Amino acid sequence: MGVKRVVTGVFGEEGFITTKLDSMVGWARKYSLFVYPFVTACCGMEYMSVSCAHYDLDRFGAALPRFSPRQADLLMVVGTISHKIAPVLLRVYEQMTEPKWVIAFGTCTCTGGFYDNYATVQGIDTILPVDVYIPGCPPRPETVLDGIMKLQEKIQNSKQEY
Amino acid sequence: MSDIFERIREKFPEYFRSSHSNFGDDTILIKPEGLLPVMGYLKDEEGFNVLMDLTCVDYYGEEERFEVVYHLYDLTEKKRLRVKVRLREEEPVVESLSHMWKNANWYEREVWDMFGVKFLNHPNLKRILMYEEFEGHPLRKDYPLRKRQPRVGPLN
Ligand code: SF4
Repeated sequence: MGVKRVVTGVFGEEGFITTKLDSMVGWARKYSLFVYPFVTACCGMEYMSVSCAHYDLDRFGAALPRFSPRQADLLMVVGTISHKIAPVLLRVYEQMTEPKWVIAFGTCTCTGGFYDNYATVQGIDTILPVDVYIPGCPPRPETVLDGIMKLQEKIQNSKQEY
Repeated sequence: MSDIFERIREKFPEYFRSSHSNFGDDTILIKPEGLLPVMGYLKDEEGFNVLMDLTCVDYYGEEERFEVVYHLYDLTEKKRLRVKVRLREEEPVVESLSHMWKNANWYEREVWDMFGVKFLNHPNLKRILMYEEFEGHPLRKDYPLRKRQPRVGPLN
Protein backbone atom coordinates (compact mmCIF):
# COMPACT_ATOMS: atom_id res chain seq x y z
CA MET A 1 0.00 0.00 0.00
CA GLY A 2 2.66 2.40 1.06
CA VAL A 3 4.65 1.50 -2.01
CA LYS A 4 1.71 2.27 -4.24
CA ARG A 5 1.17 5.66 -2.71
CA VAL A 6 4.82 6.60 -3.20
CA VAL A 7 4.81 5.44 -6.79
CA THR A 8 1.66 7.37 -7.70
CA GLY A 9 3.04 10.37 -5.88
CA VAL A 10 6.17 10.41 -8.02
CA PHE A 11 4.82 9.20 -11.37
CA GLY A 12 1.25 10.45 -11.31
CA GLU A 13 -1.93 8.39 -11.59
CA GLU A 14 -0.94 6.71 -14.83
CA GLY A 15 2.72 6.03 -14.16
CA PHE A 16 4.10 2.87 -12.66
CA ILE A 17 7.40 1.25 -11.98
CA THR A 18 8.17 -2.36 -11.45
CA THR A 19 10.74 -3.50 -8.97
CA LYS A 20 11.31 -6.19 -6.47
CA LEU A 21 10.29 -5.39 -2.95
CA ASP A 22 13.73 -6.54 -1.86
CA SER A 23 15.60 -4.00 -3.91
CA MET A 24 13.13 -1.32 -3.00
CA VAL A 25 13.71 -1.94 0.69
CA GLY A 26 17.44 -2.13 0.07
CA TRP A 27 17.33 1.21 -1.72
CA ALA A 28 15.49 2.74 1.21
CA ARG A 29 17.86 1.25 3.75
CA LYS A 30 21.07 2.20 2.04
CA TYR A 31 20.11 5.87 1.93
CA SER A 32 19.06 6.13 5.55
CA LEU A 33 22.00 4.87 7.54
CA PHE A 34 21.82 5.99 11.15
CA VAL A 35 25.39 5.99 12.38
CA TYR A 36 26.55 5.21 15.87
CA PRO A 37 30.12 6.54 16.03
CA PHE A 38 32.17 4.54 18.54
CA VAL A 39 35.12 6.90 18.59
CA THR A 40 38.10 6.06 20.78
CA ALA A 41 41.22 7.51 19.21
CA CYS A 42 42.90 9.65 16.57
CA CYS A 43 40.80 8.33 13.68
CA GLY A 44 38.01 10.34 15.29
CA MET A 45 39.51 13.47 13.72
CA GLU A 46 39.04 11.97 10.31
CA TYR A 47 35.52 10.92 11.20
CA MET A 48 34.75 14.51 12.12
CA SER A 49 36.15 15.88 8.91
CA VAL A 50 34.32 13.33 6.79
CA SER A 51 31.02 14.04 8.45
CA CYS A 52 31.31 17.83 8.23
CA ALA A 53 30.53 20.10 5.32
CA HIS A 54 33.70 19.55 3.29
CA TYR A 55 33.07 15.92 2.55
CA ASP A 56 29.46 15.84 3.68
CA LEU A 57 28.27 12.37 4.59
CA ASP A 58 24.73 13.67 4.13
CA ARG A 59 25.07 13.10 0.40
CA PHE A 60 24.97 9.41 1.22
CA GLY A 61 22.14 9.64 3.67
CA ALA A 62 24.48 8.72 6.47
CA ALA A 63 24.96 12.01 8.24
CA LEU A 64 22.83 11.51 11.30
CA PRO A 65 24.87 10.29 14.22
CA ARG A 66 22.74 8.68 16.88
CA PHE A 67 24.22 8.52 20.32
CA SER A 68 21.93 5.75 21.41
CA PRO A 69 22.73 2.37 19.86
CA ARG A 70 19.03 1.54 19.98
CA GLN A 71 18.36 4.15 17.32
CA ALA A 72 21.28 3.28 15.08
CA ASP A 73 21.81 0.69 12.39
CA LEU A 74 25.42 1.39 11.37
CA LEU A 75 28.13 0.96 13.95
CA MET A 76 31.26 2.86 12.98
CA VAL A 77 34.16 1.70 15.10
CA VAL A 78 36.63 4.54 14.87
CA GLY A 79 39.96 4.14 16.63
CA THR A 80 41.99 1.73 18.67
CA ILE A 81 39.98 -0.81 20.64
CA SER A 82 41.71 -1.96 23.78
CA HIS A 83 40.87 -5.11 25.65
CA LYS A 84 39.56 -2.90 28.40
CA ILE A 85 36.91 -1.26 26.23
CA ALA A 86 36.07 -4.34 24.13
CA PRO A 87 33.17 -5.54 26.32
CA VAL A 88 31.62 -2.08 26.06
CA LEU A 89 31.85 -2.19 22.28
CA LEU A 90 30.23 -5.59 22.26
CA ARG A 91 27.43 -4.34 24.50
CA VAL A 92 26.79 -1.41 22.17
CA TYR A 93 26.65 -3.76 19.20
CA GLU A 94 24.22 -6.09 20.92
CA GLN A 95 21.87 -3.23 21.75
CA MET A 96 21.50 -2.13 18.14
CA THR A 97 18.34 -3.23 16.37
CA GLU A 98 18.40 -5.41 13.27
CA PRO A 99 19.31 -5.00 10.49
CA LYS A 100 22.69 -3.62 11.50
CA TRP A 101 26.04 -3.15 9.87
CA VAL A 102 29.53 -2.54 11.14
CA ILE A 103 32.33 -0.50 9.58
CA ALA A 104 35.87 -0.95 10.85
CA PHE A 105 37.29 2.53 10.42
CA GLY A 106 41.09 2.67 10.32
CA THR A 107 43.89 0.18 10.55
CA CYS A 108 43.60 -0.22 14.31
CA THR A 109 40.08 -1.57 14.09
CA CYS A 110 40.86 -3.73 11.05
CA THR A 111 43.92 -5.49 12.44
CA GLY A 112 45.16 -3.81 15.59
CA GLY A 113 47.57 -1.83 13.44
CA PHE A 114 50.97 -1.24 14.91
CA TYR A 115 49.61 -1.80 18.41
CA ASP A 116 50.63 -5.43 18.34
CA ASN A 117 50.76 -5.57 22.13
CA TYR A 118 49.14 -6.70 25.36
CA ALA A 119 46.59 -3.89 25.40
CA THR A 120 44.95 -3.88 21.99
CA VAL A 121 42.35 -6.04 20.29
CA GLN A 122 43.94 -7.37 17.11
CA GLY A 123 41.07 -6.45 14.82
CA ILE A 124 37.49 -5.97 15.96
CA ASP A 125 36.39 -8.82 13.73
CA THR A 126 37.60 -11.10 16.49
CA ILE A 127 34.68 -9.91 18.64
CA LEU A 128 31.93 -8.84 16.23
CA PRO A 129 31.05 -9.25 12.54
CA VAL A 130 32.40 -6.54 10.25
CA ASP A 131 30.90 -5.57 6.88
CA VAL A 132 33.40 -3.09 5.52
CA TYR A 133 37.04 -2.54 6.42
CA ILE A 134 38.42 0.92 5.76
CA PRO A 135 42.23 0.86 5.84
CA GLY A 136 44.51 3.79 6.55
CA CYS A 137 46.08 5.40 9.57
CA PRO A 138 43.92 7.39 9.57
CA PRO A 139 41.99 6.77 6.34
CA ARG A 140 41.53 9.74 4.05
CA PRO A 141 37.96 11.03 3.84
CA GLU A 142 37.77 9.78 0.27
CA THR A 143 38.56 6.29 1.50
CA VAL A 144 35.79 6.55 4.05
CA LEU A 145 33.32 7.68 1.40
CA ASP A 146 34.42 4.77 -0.75
CA GLY A 147 33.80 2.45 2.19
CA ILE A 148 30.33 3.89 2.75
CA MET A 149 29.52 3.42 -0.93
CA LYS A 150 30.71 -0.17 -0.76
CA LEU A 151 28.48 -0.73 2.23
CA GLN A 152 25.55 0.77 0.35
CA GLU A 153 26.23 -1.58 -2.51
CA LYS A 154 26.27 -4.47 -0.10
CA ILE A 155 23.01 -3.40 1.51
CA GLN A 156 21.36 -2.96 -1.86
CA ASN A 157 22.39 -6.37 -3.08
CA SER A 158 21.77 -8.42 0.01
CA LYS A 159 18.67 -10.32 0.93
CA GLN A 160 16.47 -8.00 2.97
CA GLU A 161 14.77 -9.11 6.09
CA TYR A 162 11.64 -7.26 7.11
CA MET B 1 74.11 22.75 40.25
CA SER B 2 76.76 20.53 41.77
CA ASP B 3 76.33 22.47 45.02
CA ILE B 4 72.94 20.85 45.51
CA PHE B 5 74.68 17.48 45.24
CA GLU B 6 77.05 18.65 47.93
CA ARG B 7 74.26 19.84 50.20
CA ILE B 8 72.42 16.54 49.92
CA ARG B 9 75.58 14.57 50.44
CA GLU B 10 76.34 16.55 53.57
CA LYS B 11 72.84 16.47 54.95
CA PHE B 12 72.08 12.81 54.17
CA PRO B 13 75.40 10.99 53.98
CA GLU B 14 73.71 7.71 54.88
CA TYR B 15 71.29 7.88 51.95
CA PHE B 16 73.39 9.44 49.21
CA ARG B 17 74.75 7.03 46.61
CA SER B 18 75.94 8.92 43.56
CA SER B 19 75.24 11.87 41.33
CA HIS B 20 75.98 13.12 37.85
CA SER B 21 75.03 15.84 35.39
CA ASN B 22 75.30 13.95 32.13
CA PHE B 23 73.96 15.94 29.18
CA GLY B 24 73.09 18.74 31.58
CA ASP B 25 70.52 16.70 33.51
CA ASP B 26 71.22 16.80 37.22
CA THR B 27 70.62 13.40 38.69
CA ILE B 28 71.10 11.89 42.11
CA LEU B 29 70.80 8.29 43.14
CA ILE B 30 69.74 7.72 46.72
CA LYS B 31 68.87 4.76 48.86
CA PRO B 32 65.16 3.90 49.01
CA GLU B 33 65.07 4.17 52.82
CA GLY B 34 65.94 7.82 52.47
CA LEU B 35 63.28 8.72 49.96
CA LEU B 36 60.91 10.47 52.35
CA PRO B 37 63.48 12.65 54.16
CA VAL B 38 65.36 13.56 50.98
CA MET B 39 62.22 14.37 49.02
CA GLY B 40 60.80 16.32 51.95
CA TYR B 41 64.01 18.34 52.12
CA LEU B 42 64.04 18.96 48.36
CA LYS B 43 60.45 20.10 48.39
CA ASP B 44 60.46 22.24 51.52
CA GLU B 45 63.93 23.70 51.56
CA GLU B 46 65.32 23.50 48.04
CA GLY B 47 62.08 24.68 46.47
CA PHE B 48 61.38 21.80 44.11
CA ASN B 49 57.64 22.25 44.36
CA VAL B 50 56.46 20.32 41.29
CA LEU B 51 56.64 16.59 40.70
CA MET B 52 56.81 16.56 36.91
CA ASP B 53 56.94 12.85 36.44
CA LEU B 54 57.38 9.61 38.26
CA THR B 55 58.24 6.51 36.34
CA CYS B 56 60.15 3.27 36.47
CA VAL B 57 62.75 1.37 34.49
CA ASP B 58 63.17 -2.38 34.51
CA TYR B 59 66.84 -3.40 34.37
CA TYR B 60 66.04 -7.05 33.91
CA GLY B 61 68.81 -9.35 35.05
CA GLU B 62 70.39 -6.94 37.49
CA GLU B 63 70.08 -7.54 41.17
CA GLU B 64 68.64 -4.11 41.84
CA ARG B 65 66.18 -4.61 39.08
CA PHE B 66 63.78 -1.69 39.29
CA GLU B 67 64.75 1.95 39.16
CA VAL B 68 62.06 4.39 40.19
CA VAL B 69 62.70 7.83 38.73
CA TYR B 70 61.32 11.12 40.04
CA HIS B 71 61.52 14.31 38.01
CA LEU B 72 61.31 17.44 40.10
CA TYR B 73 60.91 21.03 38.98
CA ASP B 74 61.43 24.31 40.77
CA LEU B 75 58.86 26.79 39.48
CA THR B 76 60.50 29.93 40.87
CA GLU B 77 64.07 29.24 39.80
CA LYS B 78 63.17 27.06 36.82
CA LYS B 79 65.50 24.28 37.86
CA ARG B 80 65.11 20.59 37.35
CA LEU B 81 66.39 17.63 39.32
CA ARG B 82 66.09 13.92 38.75
CA VAL B 83 66.06 11.61 41.75
CA LYS B 84 66.41 7.85 41.41
CA VAL B 85 66.14 4.89 43.73
CA ARG B 86 67.02 1.30 42.91
CA LEU B 87 64.86 -1.55 44.25
CA ARG B 88 65.74 -5.19 44.57
CA GLU B 89 63.89 -7.70 42.44
CA GLU B 90 62.52 -9.76 45.33
CA GLU B 91 61.21 -6.76 47.22
CA PRO B 92 60.14 -3.92 44.91
CA VAL B 93 58.68 -1.68 47.59
CA VAL B 94 59.16 2.02 48.19
CA GLU B 95 57.39 4.71 50.18
CA SER B 96 54.54 6.56 48.51
CA LEU B 97 54.88 10.29 47.91
CA SER B 98 51.18 10.88 47.42
CA HIS B 99 50.86 12.85 50.62
CA MET B 100 53.59 15.22 49.43
CA TRP B 101 52.46 15.69 45.83
CA LYS B 102 48.90 14.78 45.03
CA ASN B 103 49.72 13.84 41.44
CA ALA B 104 52.03 11.12 42.72
CA ASN B 105 48.88 9.16 43.51
CA TRP B 106 48.11 8.33 39.88
CA TYR B 107 51.75 8.07 38.80
CA GLU B 108 52.32 5.48 41.47
CA ARG B 109 49.24 3.56 40.46
CA GLU B 110 50.58 3.51 36.91
CA VAL B 111 53.97 2.24 38.04
CA TRP B 112 52.25 -0.42 40.13
CA ASP B 113 50.08 -1.39 37.17
CA MET B 114 52.89 -1.56 34.63
CA PHE B 115 55.87 -2.70 36.73
CA GLY B 116 54.46 -4.15 39.93
CA VAL B 117 56.38 -1.83 42.22
CA LYS B 118 54.50 -1.43 45.49
CA PHE B 119 54.16 1.94 47.21
CA LEU B 120 53.84 1.84 50.97
CA ASN B 121 51.08 3.94 52.54
CA HIS B 122 49.47 4.69 49.21
CA PRO B 123 45.78 5.52 49.78
CA ASN B 124 44.44 3.54 46.82
CA LEU B 125 46.99 1.32 45.12
CA LYS B 126 44.99 -0.33 42.32
CA ARG B 127 45.51 -0.70 38.60
CA ILE B 128 44.88 2.50 36.70
CA LEU B 129 45.26 1.55 33.02
CA MET B 130 44.73 -2.19 32.77
CA TYR B 131 41.59 -3.96 33.92
CA GLU B 132 41.37 -5.64 37.30
CA GLU B 133 41.38 -9.16 35.85
CA PHE B 134 44.71 -8.57 34.12
CA GLU B 135 47.46 -10.79 35.47
CA GLY B 136 51.05 -9.65 35.67
CA HIS B 137 52.64 -6.33 34.86
CA PRO B 138 52.98 -5.72 31.13
CA LEU B 139 56.00 -3.41 31.03
CA ARG B 140 58.23 -5.81 32.91
CA LYS B 141 60.83 -7.14 30.56
CA ASP B 142 59.86 -10.71 31.37
CA TYR B 143 56.21 -10.19 30.41
CA PRO B 144 55.88 -12.28 27.22
CA LEU B 145 55.75 -10.08 24.13
CA ARG B 146 52.72 -11.79 22.65
CA LYS B 147 50.84 -12.70 25.77
CA ARG B 148 47.22 -11.57 25.46
CA GLN B 149 44.55 -11.48 28.11
CA PRO B 150 41.33 -10.50 26.34
CA ARG B 151 38.13 -9.97 28.32
CA VAL B 152 35.92 -10.93 25.38
CA GLY B 153 36.71 -12.75 22.19
CA PRO B 154 39.49 -15.20 21.38
CA LEU B 155 43.16 -15.05 22.22
CA ASN B 156 44.82 -13.28 19.35
S1 SF4 C 1 44.43 3.68 12.62
FE1 SF4 C 1 45.97 5.24 13.06
S2 SF4 C 1 44.81 7.15 13.15
FE2 SF4 C 1 43.35 5.46 13.39
S3 SF4 C 1 43.12 5.14 15.57
FE3 SF4 C 1 44.72 3.76 14.85
S4 SF4 C 1 46.62 4.88 15.16
FE4 SF4 C 1 44.96 6.37 15.26
